[in-house]
Amino acid sequence: MFEPNQYETVVGLEVHVELHTKSKIFCGCSTSFGAPPNTHTCPICLGHPGVLPVLNRQALEFAMKAAMALNCQIADISKFDRKNYFYPDSPKAYQISQYDKPVGEHGWIDIEVDGKTKRIGITRLHLEEDAGKLTHIDGGFGSLVDFNRVGTPLVEIVSEPDIRTPEEAKAYLEKLKAIMLYCEVSDVKMEEGSLRCDANISIRPYDQEQFGTRAELKNMNSFRGVQRGLEYEQMRQADILDSGGKVVQETRRWDETQGKTFSMRSKEEAHDYRYFPDPDLVQIHIDDEWKARVQASIPELPDARQARYSAEYGLPSYDAGVITSSKKLADFFEESLQYTKDAKAVSNWIMGDLLGYLNAGGLELDAIKLTGQGLGEMIGLMEKGTISSKIAKTVFKEMLETGKGPQQIVEEQGLVQISDEGALAEVVDRIVSSNPQSVEDFKAGKEKAIGFLVGQVMKETKGKANPALVNKLLVERLNQ
Amino acid sequence: MSITIKDVEHVANLARLELSEQEKEQFNGQLNAILKYAEKLNELHTDDVEPTSHVLPVYNVMRDDVIKPSVSNETALRNAPDEDDGQFKVPAVLE
Repeated sequence: MFEPNQYETVVGLEVHVELHTKSKIFCGCSTSFGAPPNTHTCPICLGHPGVLPVLNRQALEFAMKAAMALNCQIADISKFDRKNYFYPDSPKAYQISQYDKPVGEHGWIDIEVDGKTKRIGITRLHLEEDAGKLTHIDGGFGSLVDFNRVGTPLVEIVSEPDIRTPEEAKAYLEKLKAIMLYCEVSDVKMEEGSLRCDANISIRPYDQEQFGTRAELKNMNSFRGVQRGLEYEQMRQADILDSGGKVVQETRRWDETQGKTFSMRSKEEAHDYRYFPDPDLVQIHIDDEWKARVQASIPELPDARQARYSAEYGLPSYDAGVITSSKKLADFFEESLQYTKDAKAVSNWIMGDLLGYLNAGGLELDAIKLTGQGLGEMIGLMEKGTISSKIAKTVFKEMLETGKGPQQIVEEQGLVQISDEGALAEVVDRIVSSNPQSVEDFKAGKEKAIGFLVGQVMKETKGKANPALVNKLLVERLNQ
Repeated sequence: MSITIKDVEHVANLARLELSEQEKEQFNGQLNAILKYAEKLNELHTDDVEPTSHVLPVYNVMRDDVIKPSVSNETALRNAPDEDDGQFKVPAVLE
């Protein structure tokens, strides 16, 4: 059994993020997802003899931007190397990658777990090309290869072995994803494979200084999968150590449906990649002026924004963290604030009704019609007393479904709150005279009876009555 | 530095070559002869020379991020050993 007070887990993550350039890293083929197989290829990405790759400037600048956002030092001189291996997903039998001069090194990000902030080191970030996609045909008779993805620019981000629990691994991935989205270097869709994660994990008794033997986990297709895979693996390794055995260094595949990892039995020499400088690609010299230009393109990042929301708007740190975890959500929040000054109300609607709606439907923010402006204006209508909080719920729902502005919805459906004393007094009179029992109960000291009467007035006015005013009028009427 | 039969076997394995005992001996001799020839470079004094990965005084050769037409699926597959459903077909690879 894995006992957290007996063993310490040590995890390092290798994350691949696809950069969303229009064209591939070394040729002009499109990188768009979902095209018919082998329709986005050319002699360069198919690895034909005699062709010459030329680096996509945008891919390099995205990599620099990502590295800077992860607090890396940017190389003055960077270069590309060939990583040699035979596998049908690579038509050249080598991958163009970076070996000893990556774009960025020595970075870090801060993660938050159980309310505590922890710094995770980033060993390096390098630029490389993606491989093709293999489909294994049923029956094991052959494999099909689609080279559309070959040459899509990737950054590989390698963390230091600073992660100590599966929860920290998940928090690290979520922060990494948020930073990539803020920098707008990738759309980070795990289901389309634009973020992929491998994990190195080992455990060691607390009194042992050197790391235990690690396993490399592959095939985890979601952040939750990474967490579960690591949880399984620390149990498996603890069981081996408990029974006096030794953990074998190997690559293991996570099986999501069985909830287990399996050895991939890779041969020992598989990792002899024989890197050497790619003679087709000349060196990259990055001067300070270029670095400064890319640095200037980095927007305010999640941590800074979270701190600002707490300081400037008084949001609870947790709420600020949730809202800034996605750039789209944070932008939505700020858009709302152009139409109302009540940041806490905006935050509450986002944290409650909006996220509730998105989570229930498994939706992304850009899949719905509600805008930040719509929410801001709706809160403005509440402040002015035009609509009650009860009506706001109706308006909010309508905005989600139709994308109409709150003013239009209120007018079309006649939802304006009734704050006219004369009109309400009429309704109050009617309700009081048709509910003698409740009136008697109230006069007999049952304060609760007034709640029933307020409810009747609201029902009669289809929720449009100003509740505070109804309460006031009822109390006056009953005490006459 | 010299090459042993074990090195020949390792390199052959990486290149997916199957060599007979006689071929291993033969390549062992040839590879050692090549290394010996290249060793002549060690006679040069390179203390004052910066290491480099490229001999040309050229750097930062880049292109703009512009899509150019790809080749057709038929053209792409023209050199495929075998094909199926618009894809390259290869012997089964086990994950």
